[in-house]
Formats: sequence, structure tokens, C-alpha cells
Amino acid sequence: MLIPVCPLADLPRGEAFRLELDPPVAVFHTEDGDILAIDDTCTHQDASLADGWLEGCQVECPLHSSAFDLRTGAPSAPPARLPVRTHRVVVKDGTVHVMLCDAPPNLPPCPAARLAGDPT
Amino acid sequence: MRTVTVVGASLAGLWAARSLRAQGYDGRLLIIGEETHRPYDRPPLSKEFLAGTAGEPALALEADGEDLDAEWLLGASAVGLDRRERAVQLRDGRTIPADGVVIATGAAARRLPGSNGMAGMHVLRTLDDARALRADLARGGRLTVIGGGFIGAEVASTAYALGLDVTVVEAAPVPLAGALGTPMAGVVASLHADHGVRLLCGTGVRAIRGGSRVGAVVLDDGRSIPADTVVVGVGARPCTEWLEGSGVALHAGVTCDADGSTSLPGVVAVGDCASWYDPAVGMHVRAEHWTGARERPQTAVAALLCGGTAAPRPARPPYFWSDQYGVRIQFAGHAAGADSVTVEEGDPADRSFLAVYRRAGTAVAVLAMNRARSFTRRRRQLGTVAAS
Repeated sequence: MLIPVCPLADLPRGEAFRLELDPPVAVFHTEDGDILAIDDTCTHQDASLADGWLEGCQVECPLHSSAFDLRTGAPSAPPARLPVRTHRVVVKDGTVHVMLCDAPPNLPPCPAARLAGDPT
Repeated sequence: MRTVTVVGASLAGLWAARSLRAQGYDGRLLIIGEETHRPYDRPPLSKEFLAGTAGEPALALEADGEDLDAEWLLGASAVGLDRRERAVQLRDGRTIPADGVVIATGAAARRLPGSNGMAGMHVLRTLDDARALRADLARGGRLTVIGGGFIGAEVASTAYALGLDVTVVEAAPVPLAGALGTPMAGVVASLHADHGVRLLCGTGVRAIRGGSRVGAVVLDDGRSIPADTVVVGVGARPCTEWLEGSGVALHAGVTCDADGSTSLPGVVAVGDCASWYDPAVGMHVRAEHWTGARERPQTAVAALLCGGTAAPRPARPPYFWSDQYGVRIQFAGHAAGADSVTVEEGDPADRSFLAVYRRAGTAVAVLAMNRARSFTRRRRQLGTVAAS
């Protein structure tokens, strides 16, 4: 099933979009013009990769500098040890869509921060 | 070099060993660890692990199947260093001579005198500390945290989430004023009040009362705070006693150049025990942060293998983060040298903002609450400025 993400015009090169699914998905538009989607949550500890630093086809986690290859999902720099899932991206009629991977995600332990926060 | 000993088997020691192999060192490699555990990650000990949402396997720092071709001596304490043979002496009597030594013995939690042996008294530094504290928090009741720094605040936040009645006692007028500057430290400290956790500032602790188990914390101003469990989070001291008399220069940590070199050739130091010269502030700083322990071993190992002739990589500005009450706090740079702080995004009242610290108009530090994306960019810019 294709899930619409955002208009392509809203995702310029170098930017990322977080799709609020459970678990969330991050869609990146690289400087080279590729549009690639991975799970948004770092596999090491709870942090959003859409908030990370995009360099080529690599994204660096904003919390501990783990890096992931957007094409394969493989961790390219520790501390992350497990890959994120990659999702297929389809651009149709000017809108970015993703087709979710059906493998189980590698999610980090449930963050204490979320546990400690007020339910919102 | 044919033998290198890494003394310390936590984050900095593991990264030193990894860096040695990554930089082509193929000789004998020994890793000495005082704890019996394989390397584990400490930040979750006050958060996910303490909350019970992460188990011990999630703390492992080594990758599955990772093999550094090292001899691990775990549960072994270093008690001395003989400079002539760079020989590390162990408590059990063994002596291990080496061509190179990486000092990564970390720091130990400070305790309050006079409360040893009382049940319910805790510090939080090691996995064993965290196991014991987790068991006591499961009893519920009243927790008093002595010290409102990052460890104290995170323990308070986790215990609050577990349903305990929490009080934080801080000797300074505002906790974390040194790290964040007073105005922003005040914003961070207000997270406690947001959740009904009492923060008592400007008072020291006079005594711990109790019998076999702790019963109350008596403050300098005479107030008595009833407590079923007490956590002492008043900082850490570098574990360098074993180096006294070795010829390694010590001054509140192992005194190091900007590449981790110590006063002895063939000996470098990394992590919480090491006080590196920081060109950005023109003095030695013992940075007790995860990121330094993770990044600096690469530089120190290069210095070790090249005999100190390698040009050190420009250090990235110090960075740390803290998760408290569902708010992610991130900080990079040096607050101490700043002459102004400006909120440039969001609003501190919403617990979502980004503030930039400047000195003579130049950004020297950045603080964010729940603003990871903008923080990442600002932190990168700081790094560029510091390196140029």
C-alpha cells in the first residue's frame, strides 16, 4: 500500500520529513536528488533520524552520532549495532509516497524519557 | 610497538582498543577492567535501565561477534604503574610490562562521609549501583536525591515516573549553573517543579539519619526530609590514585596535551580520568562526557602510535545531553566564556527552545530543549568556528 508523505515541493534537497506512523518513518531528499526512506528511530537509543545530519547518503543521529546508510539501512558508524529498515519511495503526481517494508523494525528500548513525560 | 595495555574497560577504553586496531596496530593488546562486566553504556543507567524499560543486553557496547583480538583481564584492579617498563601492577600481584599504555580508568562517584553501610543509601555510577538502586526504587515511597546535577535530575525524573515521592536537595542556589550559566540552568531546574518534584536549593546536607536503613536527610538549615531511599549525586573524582608516584603528572586528573599525551612517553590518557588541554579555552579541562570518551581515544591512539608527532585532529566542542521528564536537553560548547545568551527559537516556557551563547558576538555554545534538528545544525556550525 502506498502511503502519501508530502508534496515533493515541500521536501527540498538536504531536507527530511518525518511521517508520524508507529513507528515513524523518515524520508530524506539528498543533495544528489535521491529520495530515500528509513525508519525514523535510531536503533541505539530513542532519537529521530529526521532530526539528524544528512551527508550524501548517510544520516548521523542527532544524539550519539551513530550513522546509517539511507540506501541499505546498515549502521555505518557506532554506537548503533542494528540496521534501520528501508522503505520504498514512489513519487507520483508530485507527491512523495512510501511503501512500508513488512520486516520487523529494530527499535531501541522504550525510552525512560517518554515514560517520565506527561502523557500528551 | 608489540604490547599495548589499555587500563579501563568502559567506553573510553573500548574505543581506545578499537582505535588501536583501526589504526593498524596488530601487536598484543590487553584490556584491564576493574569491574567484572564487559564494556557497557552508562547513560541509560539513570534512565531506561533504572526505569526497567531496558535490560542489561541493551547496555552492551560491543557489537555481536566483535573481536578485537585482545586479552581481557576483567575484575582486575590496577594499583601501580612502573615508568621504566611501563608496567601496570595489578592488585593480585601480577605485573604487565608494555610498550604503550592507555589510561582509561574513569571516575568514581563521590560519597557522603558517615553514611556507609546504611541500607537505602546509593550512588549511581556502575551497573551494580544501578541494579541496587533499581531494586530499592521498586519499593516505592520517598526518595531524596542529594545533588541536582544531571545524574541527580535524571534519577529524580525516572523515580517520579515510577511513582515515588521525590525531593532534590542542591547546595548551590541553582543546579548546573556552572555547565549552563545561571539563567538557562534555572529553566532546566524548573522541570522539577513542572512535575511536582520538590527542589530545595542553597542548602547543604548536615547528616543522614537512620538505623540499619536510612530514615531522613537533615539539611544545614535544620530541616529534616524523611526518606526511604537516598541517592547521592554530587559528582565524581578521577580514578588516578594508582598513578601516584609513577611520574605521570596529575592535577585533578591525568594532565594531558591536546592529543592525550601524558608527561610519560608511551602513555596516553582518555575519558573521565583525563584532563586534556583545550585550546578553545586555553586551559586543561577534565571533560566528563560520553562524547569525549567516545571521540578522543582516536586522537590519543594516533599520538601513542606516532610517538606524539601526529597533528591532533581539532577537537569538536564538548557535547552532552540529558533526558528529564520527557524533555530532551542538548548542550554543546562552553557556557563559561559567554557574555550573552539569546533564545533564538521557541520559548523556554514551552520547554521547547534553542538558545545561543555568545562571547563578543561569536557563538560559543548552544542549548536546546526538544529541538534536536535545529540543535544539530547549530552544533555543526560551532564545530566549524572552533576548528578554523
